[in-house]
Amino acid sequence: MSLNRMWRRYDRLLGPDVASDVREELRFHIEAKVSDLVGQGWTEDEARKEAERQFGSLSALQREGERIGDIIGRRKRLREHWSDAFEDVRYCFRKLAKSPGFSAVAIATLALGIGANAVVFSVLNALVLRPLNADQPGRLFVVEHRQHASYMQSYPDYIDYRDDNSAFSGMAGYDTTDVAVVIGTSAVKSYGYLASGNYFDTLGVRPAEGRFFHGSDERGMNSAPYIVLSYDFWRSKFNRNLNVIGTTVSLNTHPFTVIGVAPRDFHGTEMFFWPDYWIPLIDAQEIGFSPHFLANRATHNLWILGRLKPGVTPQQASDDLNSISRRLAQQYPREDDDLDARLVRPGLMGDVWGDSIRAFLAAIMMLAALVLLAACANLGSIFAVRAADRARELALRLAIGASRARILRTLLTEAVVVSLLGGLTGMSFASFLLQLLSRWQPFVDFPIHVVALPDGRIYAFALLLSVGSGLLFGFLPARQIWQADAAQAMKAGTSAGPVWGRFSMRDGLLCVQIALCTLLVTASLVAFRGMERSLRMPLGFRPQGVTIAETQLNMGGYTEVQSWPVQTRMAEEAARIPGVSSVGLIDRVMLDNDCCGGESVFRQGATDFRSSQEVFVAHNFSVSAGYFAAAGTRLLAGRDISWRDEPNSPPVAVVNVTFAHLLFGNTPAIGRHFELYGGGALYEIVGVVEDGKYQTLTEAPQPAMFFPLAQGMNSNDTALVVRSALPPANIAARLNRMMNSIDPDIPLTVRAWPDALDLALFPARAATGALGVMGLLAAMLAVTGIFGMAAYSVSKRMKELGIRVALGARRMHLMQTAISRPLVLLLTGSALGLACGMLATRLLSRVVYDANPSDPLVLAGVVAAMVLLGGIGTWVPARRALGANPSALMREE
Amino acid sequence: MDAAKLEFLRGTLDVLILKALTWEARHGYAITSFIREQSDDALLLEEGTLYPALWRLESKGLVQSEWGLSENNRKAKFYRLTPRGRRQLQQETATWQAYASAVSKVLAASQPRRLTEEMG
Repeated sequence: MSLNRMWRRYDRLLGPDVASDVREELRFHIEAKVSDLVGQGWTEDEARKEAERQFGSLSALQREGERIGDIIGRRKRLREHWSDAFEDVRYCFRKLAKSPGFSAVAIATLALGIGANAVVFSVLNALVLRPLNADQPGRLFVVEHRQHASYMQSYPDYIDYRDDNSAFSGMAGYDTTDVAVVIGTSAVKSYGYLASGNYFDTLGVRPAEGRFFHGSDERGMNSAPYIVLSYDFWRSKFNRNLNVIGTTVSLNTHPFTVIGVAPRDFHGTEMFFWPDYWIPLIDAQEIGFSPHFLANRATHNLWILGRLKPGVTPQQASDDLNSISRRLAQQYPREDDDLDARLVRPGLMGDVWGDSIRAFLAAIMMLAALVLLAACANLGSIFAVRAADRARELALRLAIGASRARILRTLLTEAVVVSLLGGLTGMSFASFLLQLLSRWQPFVDFPIHVVALPDGRIYAFALLLSVGSGLLFGFLPARQIWQADAAQAMKAGTSAGPVWGRFSMRDGLLCVQIALCTLLVTASLVAFRGMERSLRMPLGFRPQGVTIAETQLNMGGYTEVQSWPVQTRMAEEAARIPGVSSVGLIDRVMLDNDCCGGESVFRQGATDFRSSQEVFVAHNFSVSAGYFAAAGTRLLAGRDISWRDEPNSPPVAVVNVTFAHLLFGNTPAIGRHFELYGGGALYEIVGVVEDGKYQTLTEAPQPAMFFPLAQGMNSNDTALVVRSALPPANIAARLNRMMNSIDPDIPLTVRAWPDALDLALFPARAATGALGVMGLLAAMLAVTGIFGMAAYSVSKRMKELGIRVALGARRMHLMQTAISRPLVLLLTGSALGLACGMLATRLLSRVVYDANPSDPLVLAGVVAAMVLLGGIGTWVPARRALGANPSALMREE
Repeated sequence: MDAAKLEFLRGTLDVLILKALTWEARHGYAITSFIREQSDDALLLEEGTLYPALWRLESKGLVQSEWGLSENNRKAKFYRLTPRGRRQLQQETATWQAYASAVSKVLAASQPRRLTEEMG
């Protein structure tokens, strides 16, 4: 038996040696056989020969044995490995369950960090990384007009690009539009696409039902009165009725034949904007667009989406297109003078939204990464503290023969398990938020959707972050285990880990964490301040107390000539509503989603109307008398538009201050003239109004001109602007009744102007919201970090504090001893973070309007916030320090 | 009948090895002796097939091996049944017995009745 044990020890010491095992086993068998045979009377030699003969080929058997032995050995090692890992995980869960407070804080911290990252990454994924839902989306590019303010292209230019290029296998054009669709008896304003015939074929999308329109359907203007419905529109408005295909629906009172339904997951070629339908572009005139819409080379109203031929690079393609541009510029010097083409990624209205959205998301992603980094620093220091407290236990395990690698693995397992739990919690939280976000429709009458549901990529990302951050903060304390000297640790009990001068690694981590948190708090305060400032900025109108009633007379079947009498009647009747102080009409509402268009302005007497010769491009509006009073726009000089400015009276205009300044410098503008593209009419400036915001809140002052509606610059889109002290709901009801009596077929949208401004404020609000959340997360991390540090240092020094109390230390002195270090770290970290915040101005200015971290209010806010956070973090530990009871403490241990 | 020529049916060797290990751990030589003695010298195992069979059983996790000392104090590799091996043995025994009794029933049959009727 004792020998048996010896063999086993021998076996374990040398480890498995398969070849010798097999040899030994076979040799034993032969020896046993030999001695049996000898017992039966065989001679030794013959017995051995007989025994070996029975085996056949010994060497073949040996090889077979080694082969199988290897397999067994490998399986055994794998099993041991897994059972070790399993043991580690079980041990770690036991440890975590023993300190639930620590576990909860650690998991919550990580959940916040990883959850925030998952949410931001999902949005990034949905808007930027995920391609359009089309065949081979990587080869689709928007052909953008670089020079012109609108980025869009004109229809004739599109046709030339489409037919003359050699780099694209297909090139489609489209624009978004809104029409009144009559379903049953009511007209519904709904949004969709005007698309070229080859739109679906270029994208490679197949219909869910019926058919799509094709290039071959285009046989001249108005030749294809077809409509393709989106799946959602078909479901919600037509109850998925297949019989609707082949019937006609009325769009702006013109009949269009329903020919098909798009696939359920196809939402057009812009990420946010989910259309209800697609109509052939060549039928634009039938829904009320002017005949010039497609004919005029200078009207830039189309997005061009091209599919690259295989093997053609984007660079080659844009070179190809620009050679066409140069040819067109020679051929049509007036219109295509500055034409050029640039390829950009599709999905976000070219660069109009794309640039700012991509920049914003990248910046937010960076901030989210900082939050996670701060969380890791926080956990790193918590784990370092725990490792230090466990130094004695770990030293003991080292001393009884556990390898450093094994202990390291135990610690890392703990870190990774915590981070995976955190990641899981964070991810479930994130997917809840994302589901809310995806169901959210920020605007009732505008089809904006942000569908950012988590997909495989998001889960992989969260998993990667979890494991990555687990390893990151797990390795920080691991370093001190690696360097630990067992004997030293046993003697000293606790070791503080690596110490640099008077400060330990833990202090460094806390400092980094606080710096990161300060940076984030600074960023969110800067955003809030920018937002607040942009809200207080002069808009050039006073939306409070104003109700906007929008009609599109073309939807009621009115031509432009027929519109004017209806419009004047609307204004007159609205003015008679009791409680209404002023009423005006304007063709486009400022800061609304379809505002605004520009027109080139030329000096009086211009002969060269190429766009390179224009003085500037000014927003143009058509207004009625009384508009400025109703909108609250101040008239600074001259007179208002009046009802006497009629089609046959001399053309006049009111311009804003920027317009007047750009054209005439500091000399008075009243009574002077300017011309528009094409010449012909000479416009006299009769009034100057204050500047305003027209497209976005963040735009620089832009020139604008206002023409009398009666002199008919455009248009049959009109908004009635009604100022009244009455509640908006009251006015809305009155206006609806009034419109019904004028013409019940005209769709009317009535909104309070402040509500209508939501869209303009949306980017700023979203940015502020996102930054605010990041700042809040950072603040929470700062509090937990400071609290952890202070609480730990107080608890380690309770005994010392007790002695100090016993020796008669004053409360102030006691406080100083207990929490001076966390406070010093807080101050250092805050100063560092604030400095970083100042340096990150450029980054922030891409995200928020007028970012200015050196704004004294922001500085004061950051300092106040950090002091407050420090106060919260140290309050409880400080109370505990003050409560040190010498007699109780001395009795402990 | 020449005992040495009695061939093992496929899979029979495995179940015999497992059976040999039912009560105690044995080394390979003891397994051959056990099978020879229990079959009254009718089944003679070839060593060249025993060991590969043993190793395969080990790699399947049905037996597990350990070095120990033989009756005359020499180093030998002992095999014992794992719980899985024991379950396997029970199953195979049942299957084998059902098979054997079915085969012997067929072999013990007299002239089939259907044939008699046809002839009559």
